[in-house]
Amino acid sequence: MTTRKQIGDVVLAVDNISLTFGGVRALTDISFEVRAHQVLSIIGPNGAGKSSMLNVINGFYHPQKGLITYRGVTRKQMRPHEAARQGIARTFQNIALFKGMSTLDNIMTGRNTLMKRNLLWQALRRGPAEREELAHRERVEQIIDFLEIEHIRKTPVGKLPYGLQKRVELGRALAAEPTLLLLDEPMAGMNIEEKQDMSRFVLDVNSEFGTTIVLIEHDMGVVMDISDHVVVLDYGRKIGDGPPDEVRNNQTVIDAYLGVSHD
Amino acid sequence: MDWLFLTEVILSGLMTGVMYSLVALGFVLIFKASGVFNFAQGVMALFAALALYDFLAPEGWFNQLFGFTLPVPVAIVATVGVMIIVAWLIERLVLRHLVNQEGIILFMATIGLAYVLEGTGDILFGSDVKPLDIGLPRGAHDYLLDGYGIYIEKLEIIAAATAAVLVTVLAIFFQKTRIGRALRAVADDHQAALSVGISLRTIWVIVWAVAGIVALVAGIMWGSKSGVQFSLSLIALKALPVLILGGFTSVPGAIVGGLIIGVGEKLAEIYVGPMVGGAIENWFAYMLALAFLLVRPQGLFGEKIIERV
Amino acid sequence: MLYRETGQYKTSYQADQAIFPIAQDRWFIYGVIAFAVLVVPFLLDGYLVNAVMLPFLIFALAALGLNILTGYCGQLSLGTGAFMAVGAYATYKLVTSFPDLNLILVVLLSGLVTAAVGVLFGLPSLRIKGFYLAVATLAAQFFLIWMFYKVGWFNNYNMTGQITMPTTHLFGAQVTGPGAAPATRYLFCLGFVMLFALAAKNIVRGRVGREWMAIRDMDIAAEIIGIRPLQAKLSAFAVSSFYVGMAGSLYFGVWLGAAEPGEAFGIERSFLVLFMIIIGGLGSVMGSFFGAAFIILLPLVLKNVMVDGIGVEVVTAKHIEITLMGVLIIFFLIVEPHGLARLWQIAKEKLRLWPFPH
Repeated sequence: MTTRKQIGDVVLAVDNISLTFGGVRALTDISFEVRAHQVLSIIGPNGAGKSSMLNVINGFYHPQKGLITYRGVTRKQMRPHEAARQGIARTFQNIALFKGMSTLDNIMTGRNTLMKRNLLWQALRRGPAEREELAHRERVEQIIDFLEIEHIRKTPVGKLPYGLQKRVELGRALAAEPTLLLLDEPMAGMNIEEKQDMSRFVLDVNSEFGTTIVLIEHDMGVVMDISDHVVVLDYGRKIGDGPPDEVRNNQTVIDAYLGVSHD
Repeated sequence: MDWLFLTEVILSGLMTGVMYSLVALGFVLIFKASGVFNFAQGVMALFAALALYDFLAPEGWFNQLFGFTLPVPVAIVATVGVMIIVAWLIERLVLRHLVNQEGIILFMATIGLAYVLEGTGDILFGSDVKPLDIGLPRGAHDYLLDGYGIYIEKLEIIAAATAAVLVTVLAIFFQKTRIGRALRAVADDHQAALSVGISLRTIWVIVWAVAGIVALVAGIMWGSKSGVQFSLSLIALKALPVLILGGFTSVPGAIVGGLIIGVGEKLAEIYVGPMVGGAIENWFAYMLALAFLLVRPQGLFGEKIIERV
Repeated sequence: MLYRETGQYKTSYQADQAIFPIAQDRWFIYGVIAFAVLVVPFLLDGYLVNAVMLPFLIFALAALGLNILTGYCGQLSLGTGAFMAVGAYATYKLVTSFPDLNLILVVLLSGLVTAAVGVLFGLPSLRIKGFYLAVATLAAQFFLIWMFYKVGWFNNYNMTGQITMPTTHLFGAQVTGPGAAPATRYLFCLGFVMLFALAAKNIVRGRVGREWMAIRDMDIAAEIIGIRPLQAKLSAFAVSSFYVGMAGSLYFGVWLGAAEPGEAFGIERSFLVLFMIIIGGLGSVMGSFFGAAFIILLPLVLKNVMVDGIGVEVVTAKHIEITLMGVLIIFFLIVEPHGLARLWQIAKEKLRLWPFPH
């Protein structure tokens, strides 16, 4: 076991978040904290509001009530691209890759917020624009290396199998060198080997780059293994918040979601 | 302020608006049922009118092949038959191969379709203007003219009445019948509709045939009014603003949108036109639609689109 | 056998990212360029220039512009004709107000003016998508044409509404106006097209191009990863209109010499350029050229085969042309939505293996 990592200060705090769609209450008075370098899992039955919570964090949904404090700044809401520029990156439940582009190009788009050269330099290409492009290409190739997807870098992502698409999407999120990484069911639809690979990637990202990770996951084995902290949602309300062992033994959580194992 | 004149302008605008609505109705049908914006709707109206003319006229192919022309009611039925065949061909040759493509691809395919129908129509029937006389009454409505000094053509009144009937029939069709429900399912999601056993192909043939019939009605009205000519197909472009105002999926919306555009255009032309040199009608409808899009993208009656991630 | 890449290793990302990574491709393009610059001017006569080369170059430029907006960024535009008109009228006003202005500058400025107008009419794209946006561009199309007819300032108060390009010279050679040599007009347009085709290719394979394609493929995801939709869409409108404006400037100034708004820049033009990029290949620089060549040559081929060859009437030939165009559009959309550019790629793939079957 590697040395105990340093969990830092609070990097994200959501405070009394409530979200409604038409008549549906997606989230009610949700509050929790995420600390730097943590791996925090959000779990709960389907429809509990987990994805909605992530969408609120990265500014895609605007809550009717509540505040979000990110990196010390408290706001009621953010626009998605502001969130991205502040260092929040995410993956999606139903893959949101750019189907018309290759793996390499998709991951390169993750670097767009870091690329500065304007249109005229781009048109010229030779000189500053090319240097910038090559520098970012190097970083992207490192990520491709890390995720072991070199063999598909020029393939249009629309042609890739589901598991590889999820990996490419992770690559795109990593390319932005985020402070906070939101993963929405990164292991959905994967077999055991793929899940092991993905878990390894998530843990490596957390330990090597120190990225804070919030993930939504249904596989309890994975959740208990890799999380530092677990938040449990049910029908839009929080019913559990603590280290994995504490949550595992919480009666409310067991009744709502975990169930009891019968030997 | 000449109130009588204003009334006449408004009424005239309403009548033109009804004509627009008739064409827009065909668009709504196809869009509602197959999610396709059928750019060829205007050309279909032209084609239908041309076919009808051919059945009626001594110079037409029909007479040349068979030696007689058809009486009006039979000719109309025959033209309906022609439009059904056209619908079947469109489904077979075009739509079937474009299942589940994006909307923009389908839209461009209908542009191609418009060109094909137009060219074929020209080759078969020639491109000169043809008068279409199916016995609809001509001239101004006597009562309104003599009693109030307002000039409204009888034809336009009949067009308005026909549109009203058509809309009612279609509304009932969509809401109450099994086929109507199937049409709405198909518009929502092709694959989902397939998976519950709805035959996409049959539905599409039905829809395009119905749209063809609506096109025929529009073609008859326009053709009787100003002769059957190419400019009929340009109505398709005018239908776009109508649909934006009314909402792409709403049958009553097509009517309301058409009326608003018709009246708006006329008023703008008569009252604002002289100040800027006239011919505002060319673009007024589009600018109005644009303004609408910025304020209320789904139109007056359309459904608001919520995007999920 | 001839086309294999054996031995061509890329040892740097730069080499990997070259426009033509395969050496044979590079030689082919150099050959085409050399031929176009050094040989073609001597083969030209008035007819070839007027009927084939100039329209091809000019519409290739316009198709590039529309492809940037519609093919790469996914914003459908039906206003190409009107934007070409903006370029043309900008040229007219510039040349009549500043007769000594360098013609190259005139074309570039016309492009910039059109870019500004393009951005203006592109603003609605932030609220509306898909073919709702097409309606906004239709509004531009009809309104601008009306404006150029009615507002006298644009055509210098000419009663007919027509504008005529005066004679201008560049480095001593006459480029516009009656009497300009075919070769000069050709080379002038060729210069613009080559330069800006390269610029377009550079832009689309860089950061901005990727932003455009991201917006096209999934604009919500694009926004979430930090791409500003406003900037991306407006930059697409700006660059696209710049190209289309220059095309309009050359169309009026160098090719036609005179123009009248409805006829030269009407909605049929918009459709024509749209067909070029559909048939040529959406989202492809090469495709824009293929599409332009195809659409320009089709009527000529048809006319030669049908009218001169079989003796079909001119009017009927026109009708057949319209029908055939429609059939081809549908055919390409069904069979190969990525157009001739993809067919070219597939042919090259097969050539790599030739003479082996797989």
